Amino acid sequence: MKVTFPHMGHIWLCVKTMLEYLGVDLVIPPPSSKRTLALGVRYGPEFACLPLKLNLGNFIEASALGADTILMAGGCGPCRFGYYAQVEHAILQDLGYRYELVVLEPPERHVGQLLSRIKVITGNNSWRQVYRGVKLGYQKIRAVDELEMAIHRLRPRETIPGSADRAFLEALREIERASDLAELAVAQRQVKEILKSVPTEERDVLRIGIVGEIFTLLEPFANLDIERRLGRMGVEVDRSIYLSEWVNDHMLFGLIKGLRSRRDACRAALPYLRHFVGGHGQETVGSTILYARAGYDGVIQLLPFTCMPEIVAQSILPVVSADLDIPVLTLTFDEQTGEAGVVTRLEAFVDLLERRRRGRGRVRQEGTESKRGLRVTKA
Amino acid sequence: MSRKVGIPGALLYYYYFPLWQAFFQALGAEVAVSGPSTKSVLNRGVELAVEDACLPVKLALGHVAELAGKVDYLFLPRLVSVASREYICPKFLGFPDMVRQTVPDLPPIIDVNVNLYRRQNKLYTAFRAAGKIFSAGEARIFLAYRRGLAALGKYWKLMGEGFSPEEAINLLNRSSPRCPQPSNAARTIPEDGPAAASDKAPRPEREKPVVAVIGHPYNIYDPYISMNLLKKLRQAGVRTATAEQLPETVVRREAAYLPKRLFWTLNQRMTGAAFYFLRSGRVQGLLQVTSFGCGPDSMTGELIARRAAGHGDMPFLNLVLDEHSGEAGVLTRLEAFLDMVRQKQEGGRPG
Ligand code: SF4
Ligand code: SF4
Repeated sequence: MKVTFPHMGHIWLCVKTMLEYLGVDLVIPPPSSKRTLALGVRYGPEFACLPLKLNLGNFIEASALGADTILMAGGCGPCRFGYYAQVEHAILQDLGYRYELVVLEPPERHVGQLLSRIKVITGNNSWRQVYRGVKLGYQKIRAVDELEMAIHRLRPRETIPGSADRAFLEALREIERASDLAELAVAQRQVKEILKSVPTEERDVLRIGIVGEIFTLLEPFANLDIERRLGRMGVEVDRSIYLSEWVNDHMLFGLIKGLRSRRDACRAALPYLRHFVGGHGQETVGSTILYARAGYDGVIQLLPFTCMPEIVAQSILPVVSADLDIPVLTLTFDEQTGEAGVVTRLEAFVDLLERRRRGRGRVRQEGTESKRGLRVTKA
Repeated sequence: MSRKVGIPGALLYYYYFPLWQAFFQALGAEVAVSGPSTKSVLNRGVELAVEDACLPVKLALGHVAELAGKVDYLFLPRLVSVASREYICPKFLGFPDMVRQTVPDLPPIIDVNVNLYRRQNKLYTAFRAAGKIFSAGEARIFLAYRRGLAALGKYWKLMGEGFSPEEAINLLNRSSPRCPQPSNAARTIPEDGPAAASDKAPRPEREKPVVAVIGHPYNIYDPYISMNLLKKLRQAGVRTATAEQLPETVVRREAAYLPKRLFWTLNQRMTGAAFYFLRSGRVQGLLQVTSFGCGPDSMTGELIARRAAGHGDMPFLNLVLDEHSGEAGVLTRLEAFLDMVRQKQEGGRPG
């Protein structure tokens, strides 16, 4: 048995850790690329959302490397994700790929079903071992999340272009290498050092919150590396969702409590969107509101073409944007999305935010009452 | 003066209107329905909606806008779930909010939650909440609800007999003299009567090929959106069969052949019906109607198309509707499809 799984940001690191810890053979699909997408587009349903097409491409590419078992998360709707595995599997079968499918479905009646599915993968390992492997994988992903947050701050402030990204890769390798919790702790100290070595200067940077559909948020190939691009344009970004939250929701079924909770965002959304709508639609609206309250300069919503929960959110965001006076840019991604178009729109948006900030700084300075305004004009 | 409740003639109007109408009328309210869909209704919706929304949502926004200035209340129940452990679609979950944030000049919206996701939840909860708005007493609300359910039962019975929603609604409103029918006055029953693929039909009728039309009710039964598809088929000399003619138990049984239960009620019905028609050998063609940009359709459409392909010689056509669909293009494809259907019908009978 050789297990593979679909890419989504750095989730490979989490899954790799868990499975290697348990001695399970695995094939990490080649990083999503134009070729992956082309395969998915060719064989996937025309109107499927982008993540499905990329998943499909991942599986086809992983099969060439010997993978024969797919491990995926499931779901019970209302969004398409909960049916991804089954549709992808049907397509692969018709194409002649012989894949076993193991879907981690949220336990409907009793956890026994789920445990028996996990056993298919983990074989003879004791539950204690499984627990340890999962814990290590999860802790690593937390570490990667923290690393990403740090990089978001460093990128716009680095004095040597590209040094933050180099540090990121180096730090990621440290985290990857750790084979148990003790080693991970050492690696994390190491990461701190690496981050400290990035030369920066204090700058007054624009701050943009990135919200939207989780796959597009987490997968740089899908969003054309938007965080890095913005960082290089001198923008500090924050993302409304990090991978550990997804892992907790979809692989650990919410076992870990007290993460930066979706509940805050959902509660904030209520005046505009009173009900959950699947995916992260309500969080998108709520996080936009939270970013506005936190004084961010703007918000960017990312979604795959035809993404249902995000279309609901997108319909509502113009009103939020007007009410709270925060510019919102919506970027929709599909196989036809071109780099040039996205870059142009990002530049125009950043331009707009800069002008707004200068304008606001001047007004405040003339009024002489706002410290924040004065600081802005110094920049 | 009685208060006027507006109900958009879109989305699940096609499944539940008789219930809603009877309920509000029994509470002494007047019911106004928007529609029928026209180019200007759709254009209004397209203006209001985000560009990438699906066609039915755009159309529904147009219907809401048409009612907005003219009624005292808008009834837009939030259809979270109409069956245990199932949803309809994320857009149904968010529809009342989308309306609130995009349509101008809105009257108060009655957006009670219909949520039967958990088995212990009761449909009555939603109606009780809606009834309270009309300050009716508990008993009166309950009676109104019962009357609504009775109307709905008759409606589905008629649909099971092959009447289209439009025909069934007209029949219902005519047979009960206590119900005035201004809201539906403009909608008349077409002369060709029930659209059933009924075996009780007279002989020449019985020899016509049958085409199963699979799609969201708000697509296939909306004459404007579907470009009169059902009527066109009948005029072309074929009988039509739709999912609404099949009993719930049948569609669910058929859909259970899927490796995992579908959590979208409408698409489960469509898929189950398609599987049934394919397997039963009762149809000579399968016509799938999907909306451009529809999430659930992109998934079940694929499953249905694959299943149809497994029935080698079954004529199959997938029509994708959007606001730019040109009638000419649809007609050409329909003609080609119907040729195949007729060939199959003739090939099926020796001599
Ligand atoms: S959230 Fe959007 S992209 Fe993800 S499965 Fe649902 S519709 Fe597709
Ligand atoms: S089921 Fe499809 S057509 Fe209906 S509202 Fe949802 S996305 Fe639109």
